[in-house]
Amino acid sequence: MLAFLARRLLTLALTAWLATLLIFALLQLVPGDPALLMLGTAARPDTLAALRAQMGLDEPLPLRYLGWLGGLLRGDLGTSVTYARPVAGLVAERMAVTLPLAALALLLSTALAVPLGLLAAARHRRAGDWAVAGFGRLGISVPSFWVGILLILLFSVKLGWFRAGGFPGWGAGAGPALMALLLPAAALAIPEAAILARVTRSALLDALREDYARTARAKGLSGAAVLLRHVLPNALAPVVTVLGLQAAFLVGGAVVVENVFTLPGLGRLLYQAVGQRDLIVVQGIVVILVILVVLANAAVDIAYAALDPRPKVA
Amino acid sequence: MRRRMPKSLLVGAAITLAVVAAALLSWAWTPYPAEQVRIIARLRPPGPQHWLGTDHFGRDTLSMILVGARNSLAVAASAVLLGAAAGVPLGLAAAAWGRWGDELVARLGDLLFAFPAVLTAMLLTAVLGPGGTNAVLALAVFNAAVLARVTRGAAQQAWRREFVRAALALGRGPLSATLAHVLPNIAGTVIVQATILFAVAILNEAALSYLGLGIQPPSPSWGRMLGDAQTFLFTAPLQAVFPGAAIALTVLGLNLLGDGLRDWLDPRER
Repeated sequence: MLAFLARRLLTLALTAWLATLLIFALLQLVPGDPALLMLGTAARPDTLAALRAQMGLDEPLPLRYLGWLGGLLRGDLGTSVTYARPVAGLVAERMAVTLPLAALALLLSTALAVPLGLLAAARHRRAGDWAVAGFGRLGISVPSFWVGILLILLFSVKLGWFRAGGFPGWGAGAGPALMALLLPAAALAIPEAAILARVTRSALLDALREDYARTARAKGLSGAAVLLRHVLPNALAPVVTVLGLQAAFLVGGAVVVENVFTLPGLGRLLYQAVGQRDLIVVQGIVVILVILVVLANAAVDIAYAALDPRPKVA
Repeated sequence: MRRRMPKSLLVGAAITLAVVAAALLSWAWTPYPAEQVRIIARLRPPGPQHWLGTDHFGRDTLSMILVGARNSLAVAASAVLLGAAAGVPLGLAAAAWGRWGDELVARLGDLLFAFPAVLTAMLLTAVLGPGGTNAVLALAVFNAAVLARVTRGAAQQAWRREFVRAALALGRGPLSATLAHVLPNIAGTVIVQATILFAVAILNEAALSYLGLGIQPPSPSWGRMLGDAQTFLFTAPLQAVFPGAAIALTVLGLNLLGDGLRDWLDPRER
């Protein structure tokens, strides 16, 4: 287990480092002068020179990369041109929206998927199973941002239960803030739950064929008791793995859904920064989000190895 | 022995063919020119003149959906073909190359899977400006990583089979054995995966064009239509339903097609 952990942490560091290299390389594709691109042709020469100095554009490429990487390790992501503020501070503020949104989406999708998976496995090849399969097929076919628009249409426009977007801030109290995150989280969770329900169902069906499940049945336990007490805990490992693999999709989805609901999170900030061509903000947010995905994947691998001692190769 | 075709294969193929036909039809005919602006006829509900109504510029929604199908399929198809052109040879080479090839594809996968397509596309747009090409590139990178991994896995299995070993024993080189024996044997697996990636690419393309990062106006795209319709949810709610339904139907068809193909080619995997 220790050797596995060491190897996994090593590949984690390698992947994170390669990701910074790739992001840095992509930003070098800017045609012409990045400072001019960001400030526009109307910018004053001294402002341009100051930005060039801040971005290290006068330095050779490897030095510029090392300077950026060093800053990243110290938690310094540079200063935004549009906001005239350190990017790290902006990112930290917006995280207070994006992280709770992702957590709520994860919670909702699990809360929806596990009971649906249980229902499908308990009613294998009967109506309940077909209904869950239908939800699964439809759920993976709809884009989360359209689900978001439909939720707004139903709950804000028709029923008037929720506001159509925006965020009151955590200062207004946890209740209103969570209410504002509920519809966006549901938009992310529904397609997610479709995938999870499918995986839960097949993991449960696999586990039901094991000897211990048959023994429990033979002891005289009811089908539901076997499913809940014996099979479900054993079927959770593959579900957790898929949950981790979905981290990248969740991050990508959150970026779009935040814009559907005009939530002031990282995705909204990134979208605005792309429009303003604030490359320093774009670079900072992308690197943070990509490292988050890398960390999530590693955490899932390690959790999986801890749950199940058999697969030990990284 | 002929196997019975799974129902999902037939339904999926029918839906996919219908969408492709609609896209092709839009070259020759649409009820109205898709880019024709008529402010006087803006936000009309569905009716005999405009079957699916009109948008905020008075453009005919059905015509836009038909042309949007063409744009959406073109972006997704380019992204899958480009991804296959990079990923399949890489996966084949990795399988022929043994340990180092494995390590390379595994690490490349780790790296590229950490980049959600939306993020890559936004990074490219910030650098190069908006356009359909960025969307294709961003989606192709992800597809290449997936296809390299799937191809390598399938090719490794094929390498262990007798007929490939026999070909090697008879003096065929690794390249020649790969082309003559490995590739034809794994083509089915690769095609199934490519179909599913096609569906994912349609979803991602829609998300990108919703954000204004895909095909640029005035050429219509399903994602942008949804973005525009969101502004008029109170006055013309149905305009936010039709383009989404087109996306969902297309993706559903491709997913059914992919699942059906897999069941048909390999009945064990049910």
